[in-house]
Amino acid sequence: MTVTPGWYMALAAVLFTIGASGILLRRNALVMFMSVELMLNAVNLTFVAAGRNLNVLDGQVSVFFVMVVAAAEVVVGLAIIVAVFRRRQTASVDELSEMRG
Amino acid sequence: MVETVLFFIFGIAAIFGAISMVWARNPVYSALGLMLTMFSIAVFYVSNAGHFVAAVQVIVYAGAVMTLFLFVIMLIGVDKSESRKDDLRFQRPAAVGLLGLLIAGVLIAGSAAWTTGTRQPGADVNGTIENVGDMLFRRWLLPFEITALLLIVAAAGAIALAYFKPGDEEGDAA
Repeated sequence: MTVTPGWYMALAAVLFTIGASGILLRRNALVMFMSVELMLNAVNLTFVAAGRNLNVLDGQVSVFFVMVVAAAEVVVGLAIIVAVFRRRQTASVDELSEMRG
Repeated sequence: MVETVLFFIFGIAAIFGAISMVWARNPVYSALGLMLTMFSIAVFYVSNAGHFVAAVQVIVYAGAVMTLFLFVIMLIGVDKSESRKDDLRFQRPAAVGLLGLLIAGVLIAGSAAWTTGTRQPGADVNGTIENVGDMLFRRWLLPFEITALLLIVAAAGAIALAYFKPGDEEGDAA
């Protein structure tokens, strides 16, 4: 029984789905943000598995760039969450509904 | 054989960590579950010959990013319990139904080999620092330089967001 790239794809798909469920089910902005990170990680896993299957290194370079963008995104996103918390004293996205029409 | 055993052990660990991240009421447990998942994904990178990205995964994600998350969790406070009341009544049942469909779809799709294109000839891919750096500083040099700009913009944005105190902005409606 050998591990084929399809197994990694399936595992990454399950992880991506769990991350999407975190976005849909949770109301805490921090946990929603962590779910985004989980989805990014799942996609990174597919890049590496596909790169090994095709015998190219570009998949791993793509993972490197995704990590850089994710790190920048985490810094700005957490700064926004902290700024919103200082103003509203809440991290729940349901209470931040002032911008709706 | 070794890869199969590792796949099952760390696959279960990754899914357990991911589910506990979504499930836990306390954000600290969520962060720890995500950390477990990221370590497991680093093991999968090693299985797929991605030694450099595995190291970066542990250092950047499990180290720096999760520490940043834990800092913010401690700053905001962990005692705030999340209300289960929903503003949109059918959101949660609809979410669960959609997720069932999505899981079925991705499992069907994931069981097939979805990499298209022909396998490149030559030696097996090996993601050592030397090989990845060779790609990064030759073929991907311009994107690499652009990420430097991106990081500077992100750092400046974070400082700007942290700089203003509440009530400083003009036209404040709150």
